[in-house]
Amino acid sequence: MSLRVVALVGAIGLGVLPISGVYPVPGSNTAPGKVFTYAFQGDLNSLDPYTLNETFTLGTLGNVMEGLVRRDKSLKIVPALAESWETLEPTRWRFHLRKGVKFHDGSPFSADDVVFSAERVHQPGSQLKTRIPPGTKVVKIDDYTVDFILPTPNPILISEWETWFILSKRWAEAHEATLVQAATATSLSPFALQANGTGPFMIVKHEPGVRTVFRSNPNWWGKHEGNLDQVVLQTVQTDSTRVAALLAGDVDMIDPVPVQDIDRVNAGANVKVLAGPELRTIFLNMDSMRDELLYSDVKGKNPFKDVRVRRAFYEAIDINTIDSKIMHGMATPTALLISPLLFPRGSSLQRWPYDVAEARKLMSEAGYPNGFSLVMDCPNDRYVNDAEICQAVAAMLSKINVKVTVNALPKSKYFEKAGPTRKYDSSFNLVGWTPGSLDSLNVLVNTVICRDKDGKGGTFNFGGYCNPRIDALAQKIRVETDTGKRDELIAEAYQILHDDAGMIPLHQQSLAWGVSKDIDLVQRADGQLRFDWITKH
Amino acid sequence: MLAFAIRRLLEALAVILAVALIAFVLFRFVGDPVNQMVSQDASLEDRLSLRRELGLDDPILLQFARFVGHAARGDFGVSYQMKQPVVNLIAERFPATIELALAALLIALAAGIPMGVYTAIHRDSWVSKSLLVLTVAGVSLPTFLIGILLIYLFAVVLHILPAFGRGEVVSIGFWKTGLLTTSGLRALVLPAMTLSLFQMTLITRLVRTEMLEVLRTDYIRFARARGLTERAINYGHALRNTLVPVVTVIGLQFGSVVAFAIVTESVFQWPGMGLMFIQAVQAADIPVMAAYLILVGFLFVTINLAVDLLYLRIDPRLRAGAP
Repeated sequence: MSLRVVALVGAIGLGVLPISGVYPVPGSNTAPGKVFTYAFQGDLNSLDPYTLNETFTLGTLGNVMEGLVRRDKSLKIVPALAESWETLEPTRWRFHLRKGVKFHDGSPFSADDVVFSAERVHQPGSQLKTRIPPGTKVVKIDDYTVDFILPTPNPILISEWETWFILSKRWAEAHEATLVQAATATSLSPFALQANGTGPFMIVKHEPGVRTVFRSNPNWWGKHEGNLDQVVLQTVQTDSTRVAALLAGDVDMIDPVPVQDIDRVNAGANVKVLAGPELRTIFLNMDSMRDELLYSDVKGKNPFKDVRVRRAFYEAIDINTIDSKIMHGMATPTALLISPLLFPRGSSLQRWPYDVAEARKLMSEAGYPNGFSLVMDCPNDRYVNDAEICQAVAAMLSKINVKVTVNALPKSKYFEKAGPTRKYDSSFNLVGWTPGSLDSLNVLVNTVICRDKDGKGGTFNFGGYCNPRIDALAQKIRVETDTGKRDELIAEAYQILHDDAGMIPLHQQSLAWGVSKDIDLVQRADGQLRFDWITKH
Repeated sequence: MLAFAIRRLLEALAVILAVALIAFVLFRFVGDPVNQMVSQDASLEDRLSLRRELGLDDPILLQFARFVGHAARGDFGVSYQMKQPVVNLIAERFPATIELALAALLIALAAGIPMGVYTAIHRDSWVSKSLLVLTVAGVSLPTFLIGILLIYLFAVVLHILPAFGRGEVVSIGFWKTGLLTTSGLRALVLPAMTLSLFQMTLITRLVRTEMLEVLRTDYIRFARARGLTERAINYGHALRNTLVPVVTVIGLQFGSVVAFAIVTESVFQWPGMGLMFIQAVQAADIPVMAAYLILVGFLFVTINLAVDLLYLRIDPRLRAGAP
């Protein structure tokens, strides 16, 4: 009988297993020198740097590949593959390239690679087309000089270039990787599992969804400030497992530490939480576009068209309680839609004060002394404690007699419903935004300017708030090359938005990394981790 | 016999097609995959054209027909999230899940059968009673909680086992195994224990009930009358006859162990198919979800078929009844 058990289990489980010799998986046994292992909740999506414009993937690939410029520890733009640049005229930028740089495969870096990368980033499958404005001509002057000729002046041309990586033309042609691997690709691109760049680290092995192994590049043109030989990125999705892995010493760092576990990590003997401001702003949208709200008992009119109602909502929210109780202090209240780190002028703008009495008065004046009912859509797996924030907002709004029902959804459902796919099928919702260019223009044109009901215009303006004055300002900001004047225009736009209470900014999220005390690293506000700044003791 | 097998195979095919169709109908409710495939500031035109290119705007039946057509040729498409052919992903993840499930099943058998036998023979001892209380805990405690508790005990407090992952793997042909390396074996212990707990409970209770039944039968009484030793009676006769239904249940349970390893795999970040599936659900990664559901359907159908064919061999009465 026991034989039959074995036979059945064996037959089901193993089938016939061809044993063709036992050999170790390459790269998995080598552990030379200082190895830094960290666990992130997600994964690198694609190694082709033009496939997806996603912060974590591009930020991590920034250790392997480089752009013409990069950002330093305080996010200031500094030279990388370009040693210097100048604007010959407002529409003509000249870049002087660094000499003697080699890609990981040994091919030399020159102007041809820049021209090639500029063409490749505009291919149909690329999601980084905005890195170079359409209509720009890229001209090779000599092997180490390239000109960018723009259709209109653009003061922030290079602001997103840290993540516009320069690829080797020779390597791409040899590996048939000249075409961008589109998100809809039906076959495997050479870039799916390997990468080639000029950066301080190279990818040894990439197992999607499991781990990626990086090795230090001894031939890098720059100077390694840290001392790592190898870096292992592990995906650990479950929050409590990630925290346990750090406490157990299985990994040197985790990102993120869930806010409810911060005290526990700080209590650990060899670990600490490294917290700092992040660039993402969380805010609420109210549908002020439709003539009648989709999810409310107010019929025939839209209360959110009245600025008094919007301000009443704003003033009824006790942001300090949300940030201390729900965010455990890991958030900073804000009146802006951009981090004050990126627009210091804006920090003078104050939130409408938390004042329930005033809010009640505004509601009465607007004709809603008894409030109304409302459904609030909210993601529950996108931002830090997103659904909890919505629950708290709902409870606070009950003080001005607004009965809010929270409809919490996973992000794939939420963005479908509240976004353009379902034509903004929502009356009140929560979103977060980080400007990819680290500049206010990105915030304004995506989340603030007017849109039509299909989403043309400010596609991410989920409430459909519209003030033509801000649209006019955005047009000016786009081409204004004088920094002082430009900041003036931006500040004006934020002021109008604030006076209108067009959206309700809540807070800036904080970064929370759990780090072993043996590790020195730099936490940049955009959340990017540069391996060459890490020291392991 | 042959006709029976062929008929069962056709039925199996129908079952798999039904699974696929139901899956496709459900995919309409998982949300929009496009939002996670594009950057947040992607233009509306880009989003819409991506939807079109992926065929998400087509009627559900057309999408289904296209999927079946490709699947019949072994092409399950490319994962939206991982940008890799789904077949490659599954081939990579399948061994991890099977090894975990087999290890869990072995633990469940190794612990469950002796526990079942013991509690049946020594019905009234306090050891039996406490074992039975433990088995109740095994069924009622959620897997997630057990996993986290084990991680804290063995990884964080005692520092003797890794908290997550699968350790080093070794390739044997296409099969990457973690069973041949020390780190792989150490990584296997906690997830296998977690996954085995429910099966262990089930086997204990099943063996105990069957054993109690058998111990009451005449031939056991006659064996006692003949003066056989307790050992020979309990293990030589009673246990042997107990195991017939146990084998059936274990066979059928193996499918569930594979299919429901999802929670264990996500707690331990075990790189198996369950983890892949849960990630796919979060990202609305339709090609991965479809392939996984079909594979699980196929697994169940195969196991059922194998069990049916085994019955046919064991029990001649069934053969006579077959057309």
